[in-house]
Amino acid sequence: MVLAQAAVDINPGLALIGYGLGAIGPGIGVGLIWAAVINGTARQPEARGPLMGIAWTTFVLVEVLALIGLVLYFLASAPAA
Amino acid sequence: MGDLMLAEGGTFVPPGAKDFFLPPIFGGVTKPMVLVVLSVVIIAVFFLLATRSFKLVPSRFQFIAESIYDIGRNTIAREQIGGKDFKPFVPMIVTLFTFVLVNNLFGIIPIVQFPTMSHIGFPLALSLFVVYPVYHYVGFKRHGFTGYLKNQLFPPGAPKAVYLLLTPIEFFSKFVMNPITLAIRVFAAMFAGHLILLVFTLAGEFLLLEAGPLLKPVSLLSFAFAIAMTFLEALVQVIQAYIFALLSASYIGMALASDH
Repeated sequence: MVLAQAAVDINPGLALIGYGLGAIGPGIGVGLIWAAVINGTARQPEARGPLMGIAWTTFVLVEVLALIGLVLYFLASAPAA
Repeated sequence: MGDLMLAEGGTFVPPGAKDFFLPPIFGGVTKPMVLVVLSVVIIAVFFLLATRSFKLVPSRFQFIAESIYDIGRNTIAREQIGGKDFKPFVPMIVTLFTFVLVNNLFGIIPIVQFPTMSHIGFPLALSLFVVYPVYHYVGFKRHGFTGYLKNQLFPPGAPKAVYLLLTPIEFFSKFVMNPITLAIRVFAAMFAGHLILLVFTLAGEFLLLEAGPLLKPVSLLSFAFAIAMTFLEALVQVIQAYIFALLSASYIGMALASDH
């Protein structure tokens, strides 16, 4: 027997799951970048300066994907029309 | 934010995108408008004061101004654009860096507490109306119309068949995605950062004032996290300003570069 119920809005929940899945890639990417910095500094401590410079430059490129995901979460979590 | 706190039954209403729409101060003037003008005034006054009496051995104030200029000129512009033709772009790069930096830092300064770059319009205007025209105009001027397009869309050194895939990607990336991601990067970082600070601060206030007595000590944890996130936010703001200027210089450098 189906009772009439108020419609549950699942858009924000789905949007959040989508963002969570989408943050996996950038998370791995950022980890790889800083792992490379740590490895490179361990092998050659004098290279720390240039490596950190490269690290920050590439970090922002990867981070923007996670940030785009966050923005899209707010766009996608609008209540179902 | 006044309507956030006392919902029916005293439940906590988490902050969201609606908290970024501030009421106008007077007429049509809103807080971000005032902050943008204020940031320009601050930067101009700072550099004017620091360079008022130029000494060969700089005073501390002059040294700070020189360091900021040095970052924009050497670390960002010269490295990204190349030693030969970076000089005309140094003012623009230093301006972009200091402008984005001051506007970002407004997010953690106590009375102000609003990063103007968290409204998408500001970084979008910078990216679409300042950086995008400059780097394409410079590229067209140096290489000519067809030369520039050929240089950017058909980078030399790839096997012929790859160009079927490479050229649309290059076009989409250089003409559509670059300005958009340049703006979204700083916008989303400021938006997310401000939202995090709002969550911890408002949650702490709610726990302290309106939750049951057992939950009140938890507000200390929330405020401690708010302080920690403020430091992290300061780091992110400086990095985002640096990256905005760095990527602008990098796009200019890539537009100017002849066939490698």
